[in-house]
Amino acid sequence: MTSSKNKKIILRILTHLVLVIFTLIAIYPVLQVVTISLRPSDKLLSTSLEIIPQNATLKSYVSLFTDQPFLLWVRNSALISLTVTLTGVALAAMSGYAFSRFNFIGKKVGLLGLLVTQMFPATMLLLPLYLMLIYLGLINSYLGIIITYSATALPFCIWTMKGYYDTIPISLEEAARIDGCNQFQAFYKVILPLASPALVITGLFSFMTAWSEYIVAAQILQDTQLWTLPLGLKSFEANMSTEWGLYGAASLIVMIPVVALFIILSKWLVSGLTLGSVKG
Amino acid sequence: MGSVRLEHVFKKYDSNIVVNDVNLNINDKEFVVLVGPSGCGKSTTLRMIAGLEDISQGTIFIDDSAVNDVPPKDRDIAMVFQNYALYPHMSVYENLAFGLKMRKYSKDEIQERVQQASVILGIKEMLERKPKALSGGQRQRVALGRAIVRKPKVFLFDEPLSNLDANLRVQMRTEISRLHKQIETTMIYVTHDQIEAMSMGDRIVVMHKGIVQQVDTPLTIYNNPVNKFVAGFIGSPTMNFFDGKLLLQDSLAFEASTKYFSLPIRSEIVQRFMPIVNSEVSLGIRPEHISAKPQNSHSQIVNVNVVVTEPVGNEIFIYFTIGQAVEQYVCRIPSDMQPQTGRAFDLYFDVSKLHFFDKTTGAAL
Repeated sequence: MTSSKNKKIILRILTHLVLVIFTLIAIYPVLQVVTISLRPSDKLLSTSLEIIPQNATLKSYVSLFTDQPFLLWVRNSALISLTVTLTGVALAAMSGYAFSRFNFIGKKVGLLGLLVTQMFPATMLLLPLYLMLIYLGLINSYLGIIITYSATALPFCIWTMKGYYDTIPISLEEAARIDGCNQFQAFYKVILPLASPALVITGLFSFMTAWSEYIVAAQILQDTQLWTLPLGLKSFEANMSTEWGLYGAASLIVMIPVVALFIILSKWLVSGLTLGSVKG
Repeated sequence: MGSVRLEHVFKKYDSNIVVNDVNLNINDKEFVVLVGPSGCGKSTTLRMIAGLEDISQGTIFIDDSAVNDVPPKDRDIAMVFQNYALYPHMSVYENLAFGLKMRKYSKDEIQERVQQASVILGIKEMLERKPKALSGGQRQRVALGRAIVRKPKVFLFDEPLSNLDANLRVQMRTEISRLHKQIETTMIYVTHDQIEAMSMGDRIVVMHKGIVQQVDTPLTIYNNPVNKFVAGFIGSPTMNFFDGKLLLQDSLAFEASTKYFSLPIRSEIVQRFMPIVNSEVSLGIRPEHISAKPQNSHSQIVNVNVVVTEPVGNEIFIYFTIGQAVEQYVCRIPSDMQPQTGRAFDLYFDVSKLHFFDKTTGAAL
């Protein structure tokens, strides 16, 4: 009895130890960035292990908002990311539903096709995307980058939505159709609210794809007025020297919306909203 | 009014026919039960009436209007699903009110109807709760409530009690029957449980392999099954079947193909069987028509070997074989009798309750 209790305690301690180690490994780079952003000089490396360095200053943060077009980048990134999120969620919600509920010619091929697109690395798609956008006259425009981001995020989002709809009993929709809904009303009044965990994941994925993407943006957005945050951040890096303080401060600020979104939406990420609707 | 008529209705999935030429006439205010084993097409038939499945061929009428192309919402029907299908993100009140809201009823009317239904079903205290906070029985009541608030022409039930435990099932069975008497609306009820079918339906439709086998009142189906399938499906434990021949010696008698027993045919029905003397037939007798003591002048003794006894409270099921044959049969006798397993025992077959079926087609003779 006692030995099994001891075993449990030891196991618990070990589990926590492993968790603590991994947390430290995960958090260490972030702490380094905090330190760099607070250093009075633009130094990347230091022998000091202090998180808050000596003579810590918020100079980099102030400079970011006063000397740099940081707010413009934030605006551009927000505009593009939110549009991509809304487009991604709306399109994935509907097409995922179609793939989940209807039988049509090309359904299997379509689903497989979406999956195949995920197998190519983004860099491989750069050239064809660039050429297509030139033909469409969308290079150096918000629309061009929004279409590109939406197109790259959609396959994953559609699969996520389809997978979630598959778990929602079809009888709920049938009940709604008998209760007076047409197919579309049954979808948005009954099924869509139940799919909110998947919608949140889809939304977050779309947002993050657009918010932190650099390579595609660097090709499409050449006008500095259209730059997004990752492009702006990269501009702190010059041939001869890099403004590490600004870089660190900007990186932390860029991180904030994503972290905030995760915290705000975490309760929606908890699945199981369908509990109680059907037997069991 | 809420009559339903099915005329030559088929449902095909590619070359697979799951509902085969179903013709049914369900009267207004009638309680009709579709019963049959899994995969017999009963649920598909119900879903076609609801408009949830397309009809491959044939016509369905509700109140003399063809509804083949009418969407479910415009058929004026309500359906209770096997898995309740309550909207989990809505409270019980919202679940009940949803159908009325969709039909643009006034707030007062909705409130009145929901209150009325919740009183009838005893769910008044739970209106603010979400479905996940309800027990299985309560959820099923809410599902019933969602159907009755709309006051539709026809209620459709798709195995609504199969997820409930035995006690609750009996209770809900009575409640649905009571509800039918109270609201006097046509009800079509699908189940695979023949006890539910027998106890609830004004008429029963027995289906097998997509084909309607028999449509009649429960007692007629029990007493006069039209074929071996219906005879075997209705009644629990199931009817015993013996293969054999009708032989004419001193009198007409059934002789089992195992030769271990024979039973005389009643003189009143001898004429009926004269044309098929010497033919192979199946004899059917229900477990309740085999007794441990002679019940009347029609009782014929048969010596059997007791294989298993199964006490179920007020009676015992005896599983037995006859002679050296391996086939097992069953009968039910009062629990005060104590036949010994593995021993010979005398049972009495009531020959006035025998059923005969064509050995090849299974049709009643």
